[in-house]
Amino acid sequence: MAKTLDRYFDDLRQTRVWRSIFRSGTGSSTLHRALVIQQNVFLHLFSTKVRTRLLGFSATWYLGSLTFGTFLILVATGIPLMFYYHPSVPQAYADTKDLQFVVSSGLFLRNLHRWSAHGMVFLVFAHMFKVFYRGAYRTPREFNWVIGVVLLLMTLLLSYTGYLLPWDQLAFWAITVGSNIASAVPLIGNKIHFLLLGGNAVNANALLRFYVLHCMILPLTAMLFVAIHFWRIRKDGGLYAHSTEPATVRAKAAEPSASGKTGGTWGTQAAPGAQGMAKEAR
Amino acid sequence: MADSKDFIAGVDSNAKKSPRRIVFITRRTSAQVKAETEDQIQTFPEVLFRAVVAIEVLAVALVWISLMFNAPLEGLADPSHTPNPAKAPWYFLGLQEILHYFPPVVAGVLVPGLVVMALIVIPYFKVNIEAEGLFLKDRAQRLRIFYLVTALLCIFLIAFHVIVALVPTLIIAALMILASQGSPQSSSGFRRYLAARPLSYWVMTWFLFELVVLTAVGTFFRGPGWSWVWPWQGS
Repeated sequence: MAKTLDRYFDDLRQTRVWRSIFRSGTGSSTLHRALVIQQNVFLHLFSTKVRTRLLGFSATWYLGSLTFGTFLILVATGIPLMFYYHPSVPQAYADTKDLQFVVSSGLFLRNLHRWSAHGMVFLVFAHMFKVFYRGAYRTPREFNWVIGVVLLLMTLLLSYTGYLLPWDQLAFWAITVGSNIASAVPLIGNKIHFLLLGGNAVNANALLRFYVLHCMILPLTAMLFVAIHFWRIRKDGGLYAHSTEPATVRAKAAEPSASGKTGGTWGTQAAPGAQGMAKEAR
Repeated sequence: MADSKDFIAGVDSNAKKSPRRIVFITRRTSAQVKAETEDQIQTFPEVLFRAVVAIEVLAVALVWISLMFNAPLEGLADPSHTPNPAKAPWYFLGLQEILHYFPPVVAGVLVPGLVVMALIVIPYFKVNIEAEGLFLKDRAQRLRIFYLVTALLCIFLIAFHVIVALVPTLIIAALMILASQGSPQSSSGFRRYLAARPLSYWVMTWFLFELVVLTAVGTFFRGPGWSWVWPWQGS
């Protein structure tokens, strides 16, 4: 009778069904906690351990997590918005109006999607500058930085394609101004412009193209790159810590007092790498 | 085993060529690996919990903003009626501001293309690896190059009347001159900080400053015909 919620949860975790879904077992030992990460297709993108020092707010400002958070909110609000939206002219505008005035909580849904989108663009930029100023793009993290640049461009494209969808004056002319820049590309500018819009000006074809890009192609591609981005953090040695940098390590090793005993040489850094390799080999 | 050697491996190893070093084996000993001394914490549940809390705080903030402020929605799109000014989304207004001064090929293609290229190339340049202060070595020569580059940039910006971009450039240049006069032994902490900044820091900070200023000008200070208006003058 005096069963606590915890006990119920424990019982649930013992059941055959639960154990068949989650392979990590029922204990709460360090091993089991590691297994939770390792045995889950999504969580295994992350390393099982993080340097405690890097959990503090000042190390990362949680900008990467927050950017991912806005992405989740955008997916969660974007799908219900799609239920009420037809990508055709002028129905798109009427649907947006309906969301504003007829659909229950439609106004809130659209507001949340819009402000989260702006928030994501801002956070992506902030994340990039924070990573730069920390020097967290250094060897062996070069390629993850490049993936980050790709994700920055995808975020801008996602936001830009979404901008047209309400089909109001603001949307129409912002996309007109933006897409005209494509025409400025030497030689093939007009072709790119035509390919982007499906016509020589922003019209119903452009709306459909932007809709497909915004709701299908770009989010799926972004998810793929986000997964690689996360996975590479683990593969490249976890969250960047300055003290594990070759330059810092070398400088420390060169100090006479630091010979061997203080740690922080390449030898000590080799340890997690070696274990990691052994684990991966399995 | 009392004389077991302590390794200072990697003193002259090239981390760029082989970032992972795995095992060290010496004669008649097994592999010696030292445990990492730094504190680590399990990702599950501690780290994930914190990340989730951070995202939840953000979600609460965004929900609050969404309840307080409505997303803009203007009249039905009308290709025959151009609003003045027609503005791109805010994150492109820096570009649109440059577009006001330079031909589209330069402002719309060359500048963003070069920015993206520069961003991609950053980690492959060795400039910032050692992160040494820009003016700590070869001070005289580096100052000469710095003055030359800054002067050329300023002349270029003045020639095209880009006063908006000139101001941040001059402010960063002033800070760099201040940095060149400091040294790691300076009495003021701020000067020590500036003196230790490498070239990449200055370039990125200049870029960030220009980005913020140009975007802010495009967003708040541009009215009909892309003329200068004050935010409080209304539109």
